[in-house]
Amino acid sequence: MTGPSIQVSLGDVAATLALVAVAVAVSFWRRADLEQDIGIAVVRSFIQLTAIGYVINFIFDQDSLWFVVALIAVMVVFGALQARARAKQVPNALGPLLLALALAAAATLGLVVALGVFKPEPRYLVPVGGMVVGNSMTAAAVALNRLGDEVTRHAREIEATLALGATSTQAAAPIVRRSLRSGMITLVDSTKTTGLVFFPGTMVGMLLAGADPTDAVRLQLILLYTLLGSVALAGLIAITLAYRNFFTPAHQLREQPEP
Amino acid sequence: MLFDLERVTIERDSKVVLQEVTASLPKGASCVAGPSGSGKSTLLRLLNRLADPVAGTVRYEGADVRERDPLELRREVCLVPQLPALLEGTVEENVRFAAELAGREPDVGRLLDLAGLDSSFAARDSGKLSVGEQQRAMLARALALEPRVLLLDEPTSALDEDARGAVEATLLDLRRRVRISTVLVTHDLDQARRMSDWVVRLDEGRVVAQGRVKEQLPA
Repeated sequence: MTGPSIQVSLGDVAATLALVAVAVAVSFWRRADLEQDIGIAVVRSFIQLTAIGYVINFIFDQDSLWFVVALIAVMVVFGALQARARAKQVPNALGPLLLALALAAAATLGLVVALGVFKPEPRYLVPVGGMVVGNSMTAAAVALNRLGDEVTRHAREIEATLALGATSTQAAAPIVRRSLRSGMITLVDSTKTTGLVFFPGTMVGMLLAGADPTDAVRLQLILLYTLLGSVALAGLIAITLAYRNFFTPAHQLREQPEP
Repeated sequence: MLFDLERVTIERDSKVVLQEVTASLPKGASCVAGPSGSGKSTLLRLLNRLADPVAGTVRYEGADVRERDPLELRREVCLVPQLPALLEGTVEENVRFAAELAGREPDVGRLLDLAGLDSSFAARDSGKLSVGEQQRAMLARALALEPRVLLLDEPTSALDEDARGAVEATLLDLRRRVRISTVLVTHDLDQARRMSDWVVRLDEGRVVAQGRVKEQLPA
């Protein structure tokens, strides 16, 4: 696959600030009190994306897979830290999250390369890796957040199951199932409605860049199916490793339910 | 003695719940009685290792419970907790789940009968039972393990007077039909008198009395 290219000037970017002004005006008019946040969002997105643009440019110039690995490793670490902030109720969540994101990224990228979908080149692995880690982070964060809620809410049922001589794995099975489902459901639902309710980003980008619509659609499908695999893996690994942290080796709940 | 507790201390959120408790529970029908917050439910959980003390020893038939496989111990010494605690699905699925844990093929009709439910309850959704029916379904589920000891945590506290009387009758009947020891946790001293021969009385995490009900709780 070779991508078409278009030129976008800073002037074009500046022109779209008109739409940001609309957002600020709406917030000010209806007192949503988001003007400052919108300002921060605009500045941060400009700085972050410009910086990552230079990094990607550098990696493309070097044409070395080691730089790709290093970039994805950095994304995995930041992604895991970000996800941990949303999974505060889960004890020691960072380790499971790091492993979940790293393994999901490695397995997914390894598979699409092995199947010959993408060449093992920075031009493909950097953008696909970024999407895989980003979506895996969201799925793992949602799944662990739900897991924490479920353990708190259903501590009595879990302990009642342990009281029958069930292992912690057996006692946690219903909450593991529900948490995994909640981590995956957003992407599954958006994949169902794609093309009808919204156009996904990759396809929009390719169409804007002048690509043939058939190619744009096919690449978008490849990415959607790839992401389905990666969020399932990330959710599964994060939950499988994290739920154990709620139990002792003697199959007891660490946080006993209130009597 | 069936259970011996020796200088047992347990904490929750760094607060002492049981303080150097030394007590014994014989075979047969015993109970742990005390006001709410006295630590009686916590004591019950120590007996089948749903919790471990920070200090002291809990013995079952003379052996430290920490030497036993906790899963095997819990199938032999089964705890019926306070509500709500059934799994999603039918009553029969709940009973079968427990039986499979113990590697047994359950006689669902007989188990429901022992718990005072007729066989039509097998197909009922566990989420659509009254509190009294849920209590009986949990009892049937526990009996599916064929335990030697049943630990009953306030089995009637959420029931009205009629339902309470019926559950008590079921438990008394159960002991006549099956060789099983019971440890009942209750805040109700009248219930302790009706249901047990031996009592350990707790208050604020300490044992204040223990012995035969006839001597410790004269009518």
